[in-house]
Amino acid sequence: MTLNELAQVPGRASEAVLRASTPPEEREALLSAMAGRLAEMRDAVRRGLATKAPSRTGMVGWNAATLWEADDRLGAPLLKRVQAYAMAVNEENARMGRIVAAPTAGSAGTLPGALLGTADHLGIPDEVLVMPLVLAAGVGEAISQTMFIAGASGGCGAEIGPSAAMAAAAVCELLGGGARAAVHAAAMALMNTIGLVCDPVGGFVEVPCVSRNAFYSVHAVAAAQLALAGLESFIPPDEVVGAMASVGRLLPPELRETGEGGVADTPTGRMIALKMA
Amino acid sequence: MGLLDVIGPVMVGPSSSHTAGACRLALLARNTLLTPPTRATLTLHGSFAKTAKGHGTDRALAAGLLGFFPDDPRIPEALTLAERAGLELEFRSRDLGDVHPNTVQLELENASERVSVLGSSVGGGLVRVVRVNGFEILFSGAYHTLLVGHTDQPGAIATVARILADDGVNIATLHCARRQRGGAAMMSLEIDRRPAQFVLDYLSQLRVVSWLRMLPEVMQTAAPTPAAPSPQEVPHDP
Repeated sequence: MTLNELAQVPGRASEAVLRASTPPEEREALLSAMAGRLAEMRDAVRRGLATKAPSRTGMVGWNAATLWEADDRLGAPLLKRVQAYAMAVNEENARMGRIVAAPTAGSAGTLPGALLGTADHLGIPDEVLVMPLVLAAGVGEAISQTMFIAGASGGCGAEIGPSAAMAAAAVCELLGGGARAAVHAAAMALMNTIGLVCDPVGGFVEVPCVSRNAFYSVHAVAAAQLALAGLESFIPPDEVVGAMASVGRLLPPELRETGEGGVADTPTGRMIALKMA
Repeated sequence: MGLLDVIGPVMVGPSSSHTAGACRLALLARNTLLTPPTRATLTLHGSFAKTAKGHGTDRALAAGLLGFFPDDPRIPEALTLAERAGLELEFRSRDLGDVHPNTVQLELENASERVSVLGSSVGGGLVRVVRVNGFEILFSGAYHTLLVGHTDQPGAIATVARILADDGVNIATLHCARRQRGGAAMMSLEIDRRPAQFVLDYLSQLRVVSWLRMLPEVMQTAAPTPAAPSPQEVPHDP
């Protein structure tokens, strides 16, 4: 099912994704597997918030816990929670801890950051999160029909972009959004990541990946907020996916997960690459 | 791509292609030997060669050779564990030619056999094995895979297919290659379930079959046989 088709189904988008992808006799198994993925995400967040142990390179490792312990001077507890959760997962990833790729390992924090962060902020129990997670998977699946979801194929716009789109749809549905709203949340999130480069310092999935997941988990929540207010992507969702793919292909190889451009190609970035080689 | 591939795999970081995919390729290669390898030469190509250390590709490959699945918490210590297990590892970088950017050639050996496997990690943890012992075949590790070394002669493929059919085993994909007409050949069959053991024994006794290996599915999350999958009890050396 394409995003445009998904936007037109009556009721909740997650139900349509489930029906289209899974025969009725496998429904329970899929839902229980998805609940398992949710538990794994939860566990990665918990581990990530509880430690400041550095990654092997020493570039990251303490960001999530430091933010989590810091005063909330903005008066925005949702913001802080979402960012801390996202970085907790990506710092676990950088430490070679156990995480759920969603859709990739480098972008693994965005979805749990946005979805678990919002749910915990509002006191929503985990069992309610399973169907939004199914929708997130359906959105990712739809995007992957047009472009391979990987920084190497289309820069970070093809990696954090889909993860933010998935997270935006999930949060939108969690807060009562119907199919049309959820898909437009995804489209708006995706539209505003187009052209983002993949420039991991030293080739490690750490800088800028850890903080980027924090930023784009907030981005996903923001997209859900717009969609819940009735705002929509002027460009139809499938066309946004097409634009993301064509911009991704235009990016030179240096900006597609080779660690040879962007912040990777700065004096400090090059020094890290030399030191860790 | 299924829903659980998008939200998944559950894996040890940091990269689905460079860590989880590498681990799966090594796990498949390990299972082409009857007993665990004692020596492995791993030749990395392209992005694998460029960013192996940063992504833990070396540890992930060692982990797969030890029989670990991508979610195994021991992956970070796999290089040490390999040394302790008596597995000698050598990593090299080389241009392997016109192959996917994330490609590794695994040359494995133990006291009684050697095998060479070429595979690529194509993104999101999905993998493709494209060559075994020089034969151009193709399988993904998403199904049970039967590798059959055989003589290139009329009816060889039909015979294997018929015996599987008699056991009610469905063939999802089939690829075959030969060195020369009437010479050594190999087929890879992705099948929907593992055939009964006596069926595998029977296949391996056929005159036309010289070598046979049953490889496990490697796409699932939890390792069905966590520590070290027992060697397949199928006779015949390559």
